[in-house]
Amino acid sequence: MEIMSLINALPGAAAQGLIWGIMAIGVYLTYRILDIADLTVDGSMCTGGAVCIMMMLAGNNVWISMAAALAAGMAAGLVTGLFHTFMGIPAILSGILSQLGLWSVNLKIMGKANQAINVDKFPLLVSMRFNKNVPFFKNTILIVVLVTVILIAILYWFFGTELGCSLRATGCNGKMARAQGINTDFSRVLGLMISNGLVAFSGALLTQYQGFADINMGRGAIVIGLAAVIIGEAVFGKIFKNFGFKLLSVSFGSIIYYLVLQVVIWRGIDTDLLKLLSALVVAVFLAIPVWKEKYFSGIGKKSGGPGKNLQERGGRA
Amino acid sequence: MLEVKNISKTFNAGTVNEKQALRGLSLTLNDGDFVTVIGGNGAGKSTLLNAIAGTWKVDEGQIMIGGVDVTKYPEHKRAAFLGRVFQDPMNGTAATMGIEENLALALRRGKKRTLKKGISGDERRLYRETLAKLGLGLENRLTSKVGLLSGGQRQALTLLMATLKKPRLLLLDEHTAALDPKTAAKVLETTENIVNQDHLTTLMITHNMKDAISIGNRLIMMNNGQIIFDVAGEEKKRLKVEDLLKKFAEASGEEFANDRMLLAN
Repeated sequence: MEIMSLINALPGAAAQGLIWGIMAIGVYLTYRILDIADLTVDGSMCTGGAVCIMMMLAGNNVWISMAAALAAGMAAGLVTGLFHTFMGIPAILSGILSQLGLWSVNLKIMGKANQAINVDKFPLLVSMRFNKNVPFFKNTILIVVLVTVILIAILYWFFGTELGCSLRATGCNGKMARAQGINTDFSRVLGLMISNGLVAFSGALLTQYQGFADINMGRGAIVIGLAAVIIGEAVFGKIFKNFGFKLLSVSFGSIIYYLVLQVVIWRGIDTDLLKLLSALVVAVFLAIPVWKEKYFSGIGKKSGGPGKNLQERGGRA
Repeated sequence: MLEVKNISKTFNAGTVNEKQALRGLSLTLNDGDFVTVIGGNGAGKSTLLNAIAGTWKVDEGQIMIGGVDVTKYPEHKRAAFLGRVFQDPMNGTAATMGIEENLALALRRGKKRTLKKGISGDERRLYRETLAKLGLGLENRLTSKVGLLSGGQRQALTLLMATLKKPRLLLLDEHTAALDPKTAAKVLETTENIVNQDHLTTLMITHNMKDAISIGNRLIMMNNGQIIFDVAGEEKKRLKVEDLLKKFAEASGEEFANDRMLLAN
């Protein structure tokens, strides 16, 4: 009996993992490609949910509502980007400022701390009610898989274009990028916009999935996103070299995260401790490359190593 | 080609670390000039190159490249006129991107980056041909990540990137200083070949006085944010390392006491 309750919970965990996976792809873009740890996501996740639910409650089409959520997320990214480039504020602090400001914005969008939407009265694209016992084309897991694949395809195309390459160069080596005529400020702003657009889009899906938007729904999103990125790299890093597959591995990482979480909950661990657990797990995984460099590599290595990179991360390159 | 008029730059103004790096420096380069720049540590050599490249704005003065006043241009906009190679081989290339991707970034210097494909098919042929001239076998490793290359290979690649789109002015900031002597000589030889072949106007900082004398058609010596010696043509060819040391002591009233420079002889 007991194991059945776990098995029954797994599709839901997978669906949640997939939805958060889209958010994690957004985090991957800033963290791995632009080399910025962007904390805006904790706020823009909820912004996406809030915009989507209010649009839908006002009678708008679900796709239009999700497009609006995406646009709202991009606007949040734009603000962070301008804090960082135009105003010269360090990236981490820019994200924190946006995140704080978004708290008020999100409250104003929703009018109160949470808003619910009835799955029977509104044509939701995804819902936890659509995990089982629905025609396969309405199945939430299938729909989110399709959405994820399409998003990855678009990102794969974009990062292969001239503009996309200039974003990658900016994150990899800002000095070189500027020497090659790339406006690195513009690249950073654009990257933050794309990333937060994805995060808000994910928030819009999550809101529909759980049937409500809540002011706290994005809290700790950056940690979950980083966890997904790190798990994905740890499990699939050796086999996935192609950029598209790397994005896919982030999505897989997020699913694994939620499946493990489900098992932990099933084992009866105090759920109050889950966030602490997540934070510690992510901290250890972030430390692994640094420890490797410090304790398991030959001395006298000339390159800066990941420790140096981590310190530089978040500053203006 | 390059006109630098009376530029000054002070870092950390008003603090204990105040450093007047450039003091009313003026310099004019003619089309096709290949100028070597020498001077002690802190003389302002790199500062001069950074001022031209627009790493930051100068406090005073004017910089014209090819008749265009670029004084107010940001760094990325000036890049359209410039090719740059840095001292640190890590600085000139994007390590996580492929060799061809790095070259493609360089080929688009000064152009608007659009949603067209980052690398087109015909470009690869061009890259293969240009890389082959280096004689490092890189032409068969187009998709290899640049991070896998040695310092010398990366520096040679950076040099190609700087000159792939013929720049109005090539800025070389001690680009062989971080390499072993054999690799340095090879990269220097490649530099001369490319500069001569494309008749590039070049400003090259070096710590090696022999190189400074033997390479290029003009030599300038800097000290304390100013040019203290400027020699060209036949007169430059007749220079000896001792002359430069003496000149430096005369002009600055100091010994040219720099181990790196003396060793480099």
